[in-house]
Amino acid sequence: MKTKYWIWIGGVLVAGAAAAAAWVIQPAIAPIQLPAPNSFDDASVARGARVVAQGDCMVCHTAAGGAPYAGGLPLRTPFGTIYTTNITPDTETGIGNWPLAAFTRALRHGVSRDGHLLYPAFPYIHYTRMSTADITDAYAYLMTRTPVVARAPDNDLLLLLRFRPMLAGWNLLYLRPGPVADNPAQSTEWNRGRYLVDGAGHCASCHSTLDPIGGERSPAFSGGNIDGWDAPALTALLQTPKPWNREQLAHYLRHGWSPEHGAAAGPMGPVAHSLSQVPEADTNAIATYIMSLQTPAKALPTTAAAAATATTPPASSATVTQGAALFAGACGGCHSAAAPMMATGGRPSLALSSAVTGDRPDNLIQVVLNGIPWSHPGQDTFMPPFAASLTDAQIASIAAYVRADIGKRPAWPDVEQRTTKIRKENQ
Amino acid sequence: MSTLIVNGIRHTLDIDPTTPLLYALRNQLELNGAKFGCGMGQCGACTVLLDGQPVFGCITPVAACEGRQVRTIEGLGSADKPGKLQASFIKHQAAQCGYCIAGMVMRAQSLLEQHPRPTETQIRQHMEPNLCRCGTHMRIIAAIKEVAEGAKA
Repeated sequence: MKTKYWIWIGGVLVAGAAAAAAWVIQPAIAPIQLPAPNSFDDASVARGARVVAQGDCMVCHTAAGGAPYAGGLPLRTPFGTIYTTNITPDTETGIGNWPLAAFTRALRHGVSRDGHLLYPAFPYIHYTRMSTADITDAYAYLMTRTPVVARAPDNDLLLLLRFRPMLAGWNLLYLRPGPVADNPAQSTEWNRGRYLVDGAGHCASCHSTLDPIGGERSPAFSGGNIDGWDAPALTALLQTPKPWNREQLAHYLRHGWSPEHGAAAGPMGPVAHSLSQVPEADTNAIATYIMSLQTPAKALPTTAAAAATATTPPASSATVTQGAALFAGACGGCHSAAAPMMATGGRPSLALSSAVTGDRPDNLIQVVLNGIPWSHPGQDTFMPPFAASLTDAQIASIAAYVRADIGKRPAWPDVEQRTTKIRKENQ
Repeated sequence: MSTLIVNGIRHTLDIDPTTPLLYALRNQLELNGAKFGCGMGQCGACTVLLDGQPVFGCITPVAACEGRQVRTIEGLGSADKPGKLQASFIKHQAAQCGYCIAGMVMRAQSLLEQHPRPTETQIRQHMEPNLCRCGTHMRIIAAIKEVAEGAKA
């Protein structure tokens, strides 16, 4: 019995090692001469623009103030900093000498043209679900952009992780290559939504909890954290003060705000901007699929009920009073019920905002510190930053007031310490 | 009672602590350099320095300034003895209507205090929150650059 057990274990290990070895050894794909832009079909390039917007490629592959798609944006991960690469068609520093086969392999298997394994910060475990047609169109679009000479700075990663063949083991655990067949029991729109969410949209990259080696935990969409912002669970949209519906979610994805929920902030801002450029059918499909993932609504704890079970002592009345005064002078001009933006602009009350009603104070702290910067013309929402004008203690007292008086929720613990920490991490 | 430390002088004011700093500066202290523009932290005409950092005076309550150093354009120099940036703005005739200029000067001042030799890109990025409706941006940048380049010499 024991021998059998060991044979079984041994067999699994050998198979695993062989599979990992197959991952490690990836041949280089021969470089090509940069194809002339007019060698691509115009219709394919146009469709590619839509695919690249669905995939939000520009957000990560563009540095602050840098040329579009030229890379160099630092991605801070628990494992160190990775700089995104140049995906303009420059032959030396970009993908100008990549044939379609190499581009496809990168998206489907996380392998660079020269055969080295890419870090999973590049969401190939999702892009692998993209159809061949969409990958071909995205390639046509990117290969007809303006080539930019830009070499990404060297990654600053933990020593062990600089050895890329290690990623073969990671791929074995998390990469299931290739598209997934439609579910015939569901509508065409639902299937299209699932395709966009799980594929190009790679929503789970931020909205799922990550395990210690950076793999997305199951079940997906249980909420994650990215760049110091909480990415809310996408399965609890019926458990907000006003439950989301499909139309509201589709509107939010296109416009970056929802009249009954609030504005996209932090890393979600650029996502909404990308999605404002795709046809409405795409955002409707995403909303349809996401709304099918919801767990049923449960009664929300009221302040009184929550206070009975809360472990955090309520904020002192002096803190709340100070917070109320600071709120009136710093926030009330836009966020008080009487403010023109609220009274006539249709902006939602802070009582509906996930940053106020959420379990953790991080997003409220982030949005007070950073505001919602102008990032593109025609943006619907803006908030000035308060990092310079409010101290950590002042932000904590505003949070105490907003949470208790507007959100009607039990106090968050240690907001001042958390603010100090987040302020430091943001630098 | 609220205390405000403005340009190194401590003032005790009988004022509602929710009052925006801008109103206290203009109405109580009669420091009328900083201007009311939008009242929502979007234009920068009210920019003053709080502990050396540029803030929008219109959305900074007096309650937030307790024990902290406020600096306004009046602290940089006077009409007779303008400070370096003020002199450079005059030399380059960077003001047209002038409404934004006190805010522009104060934001530029905070940049030069932290980075005495900024590049033009850094100047443009730093000045980005402040708006000028007349369109004197190129003169504003030239005025700041001249002071920055003077620091290089």
